[in-house]
Amino acid sequence: MAKVVAVTGNEAVANALRQVNPDVCGIYPITPQTDMMQRYASFISNGKVDTEAILVESEHSSMSACIGASAAGGRVVTATSSQGLALMWEMLHIASGDRLPIIMPVVNRALSAPLNIHGDHSDAMGARDTGWIQIWSENAQEAYDNTVQSFRVGEHMDIRLPVMVCLDGFIISHSIERMEYLEDAEVKKFVGEFKNLFPLLDLDKPKSYGPLILTDLYHEYKRAQHEVMTKVKDVVLDVAKDFEKLSGRKYGLFETYRLEDAEIALVILNSAAGTSKDVVDEFRNKGIKAGLLKPRLFRPFPYEEVAEALGNTKAVCVMDRADSFGGYGPLFMEVSSALYHLKERPLLINKIYGLGGRDYMPSHAELVLNELAEIAKSGKIRTYKEYIGVRE
Amino acid sequence: MKPKGWKDLTPGAVVLEGGSACNFKTGSWRAFRPVWIEENCIQCMWCWLYCPDMAIKVKDGKRAEFNYDFCKGCGICALECPGKKGKKAIEMIEEGK
Repeated sequence: MAKVVAVTGNEAVANALRQVNPDVCGIYPITPQTDMMQRYASFISNGKVDTEAILVESEHSSMSACIGASAAGGRVVTATSSQGLALMWEMLHIASGDRLPIIMPVVNRALSAPLNIHGDHSDAMGARDTGWIQIWSENAQEAYDNTVQSFRVGEHMDIRLPVMVCLDGFIISHSIERMEYLEDAEVKKFVGEFKNLFPLLDLDKPKSYGPLILTDLYHEYKRAQHEVMTKVKDVVLDVAKDFEKLSGRKYGLFETYRLEDAEIALVILNSAAGTSKDVVDEFRNKGIKAGLLKPRLFRPFPYEEVAEALGNTKAVCVMDRADSFGGYGPLFMEVSSALYHLKERPLLINKIYGLGGRDYMPSHAELVLNELAEIAKSGKIRTYKEYIGVRE
Repeated sequence: MKPKGWKDLTPGAVVLEGGSACNFKTGSWRAFRPVWIEENCIQCMWCWLYCPDMAIKVKDGKRAEFNYDFCKGCGICALECPGKKGKKAIEMIEEGK
């Protein structure tokens, strides 16, 4: 039986971790994630879990400790945000290169400078190429559900990769929402016993992690790493199917909202997708065929499926809560790559919104959908990339 | 032996055997060579203990000659060697001299 609760995103994810009861947790505070690991530390102190907490002096150390614990043979978690994720950067590549299924909620926050603690996607987008799986979440329920599912994905014997579960800082991490918890026993059964691949602590079979691999084999190892990523989509879908049986909640590689017959569409990640769906409804009520695509699996990116879902639209705006300065927004780059191979494809624009936690309002979605309707009619694009909700 | 292709590799480049360093002779890196002076050796085995590789051979519980295949000339053994009556049992000599 599901339990209905009113909790913050941080509390929801901390509880997902409690229900999984991992062996080791690297803990270092950083806003807006701090509250999640603080809650988890309370679970440890109160005997709710038997996780070994490693209190470290930085996020670089936290990820290093997680890598050691995971290679030793444990089920390992940590959580971070923003500068913390940035400080982990070199270790992120080592976790994925060593094929260690570490699970890490990332509470998305802007990067310095200037210093800002609020929600945007610059942190996780900066970790795009680190070889981690990335699953994004719109609200507390999705963050909770994705956290539970991420263990099955990362620990799958054909995958063995670390997973980031992304949720918006403050907007989701600190807002109280109604959501449903699964029973502890259900989660425990769903994720199953942790299975080792090459545990260092199996002393009868000595082994080494992190050897020097130069020009003779490095290229081959990276090719093999690419191959693993091509298998992730199917595993994510299989796990989602099992999860639906358990929870009644359906997940895919992305969510489509009124997209099937849509002529204009928004592509938008995480919490702002919720706001946008309301505005899509308003446009539908006015007789305008608007729709929305909300990516869930960002790494690996489901190019073919996204192209198929957007292929019949006339104009699409990809909304980015991060910027690649001097380039397009990171989500835009993926969607435009996906659409390029189509013979007939929608016109495509990129809007940058909500940086540093700037509110994303229904009026912003309205503005963009009106522009898309105009583009669909005229076939003309005024500007490809533009900041919205910005003071002149 | 045919070189390995990407499908033949162990996930995560994990080396699944112990002692695999024996397969890689690294002595050619050396710029300075340690030389053992047996008459000054008190058989304390500190050189064996401190050697970061496996360049100190032991035979019948006693220190034997260097194994130069694995000695990179770091000089730790010479530094740590207590010697006998102020005379070191290991000295570093420049290679090629």
